[in-house]
Amino acid sequence: MVDPRIAVIADRMKGIKRIIAVSSGKGGVGKSLVASTLALILTREGHKVGLFDLDFTSPSTHVILGIEGVQPEEDKGIIPPEVNGLKYMSITYYSGDLAAPLRGNDVSNVLVELFSITRWEELDYLVLDMPPGIGDVTLDLIRLIRNTRFLIVTTSSQLAFETVRKLASLLGELKIQIIGVIENMKMEKSDVIRKQTEKLGLKFLEEIPYDPKLEEAIGSPDRLLRTTFGKKIEEVSSAM
Amino acid sequence: MHEWALAEAVINAASEIAEKEGLKQITKVIVRTGELQQLEPEMLEFAFSQLKTAKFKNTVFAIETEKARFKCRMCGHTWIFNKKGLGKNESEAIHFVPEIAHTYIRCPKCGSPDFETQEGRGVVLQSIKGVK
Repeated sequence: MVDPRIAVIADRMKGIKRIIAVSSGKGGVGKSLVASTLALILTREGHKVGLFDLDFTSPSTHVILGIEGVQPEEDKGIIPPEVNGLKYMSITYYSGDLAAPLRGNDVSNVLVELFSITRWEELDYLVLDMPPGIGDVTLDLIRLIRNTRFLIVTTSSQLAFETVRKLASLLGELKIQIIGVIENMKMEKSDVIRKQTEKLGLKFLEEIPYDPKLEEAIGSPDRLLRTTFGKKIEEVSSAM
Repeated sequence: MHEWALAEAVINAASEIAEKEGLKQITKVIVRTGELQQLEPEMLEFAFSQLKTAKFKNTVFAIETEKARFKCRMCGHTWIFNKKGLGKNESEAIHFVPEIAHTYIRCPKCGSPDFETQEGRGVVLQSIKGVK
């Protein structure tokens, strides 16, 4: 007995040049905002971009980007709709506004199913909004899509960075490339996270100050890009 | 049709096995589909007929369906999936992603969404036969 879906995933991904998993050890550090904004910026820079929300139990990128009223097209699989210039995929096409209470094996099955039936075709970048931690999605991604590169988001908190250490250590052990670390929601001047990041041998990409205007920009890609947060993400896009 | 994508997966998986086992021709492929995913066997058959490569020239594709059985983790109740009672959109969502059952289906005994799909989820490559 074989799960045949695994055998087609490489075919589905072969037209994608770069895959970026926006990841973190802990939740609430701004991964989804980083992933959504980065995807928008790469799109505005003229690249062909896809954004895939892999946080199946708590998806939020559709809210950040104000996406509603669209569905994938069914054609020899599913074709993600193009919204704000990027191809967008999310479990919310199927669960709507309702909860998707999934255990680990279910999460794994959703990931395999969607990667095996989604036709991204040619992309310069596929940005993946990851759930926090080193759970099923991270492990499946490492197992199935080896050329994924990780962009790690943390806050200035030692609690958040402690989990970055664990994530970085695992990725390093498995020889998965880490693009670098973004310190988000920075409230005070300090270079502690920068130094600790460099001590781990990782690239410190950017520090983003806490932006009180960000919440008001949620749902509007144009406003999002005009925020301080948006400008800071623009500065790191060349590192992708 | 979304069945096409899963048929491609079956062809790829069977080809990989044939390669590993040194099979020159594949004579039979048995595919099991779970009722939860509600795949159309005719669509799978059509996709197989269009996708098959030289190795599958004389292959018989047998498609078996398996009832979907759930077991509630809260009360232990087991039941068989029946799409009656589901709306068209709900049923279609489960067709694309069977785990969405946890969004729209509840244990008929205690109302919990926390159940296990014990069998009959989706597509499985049951076996292949061939000649070396």
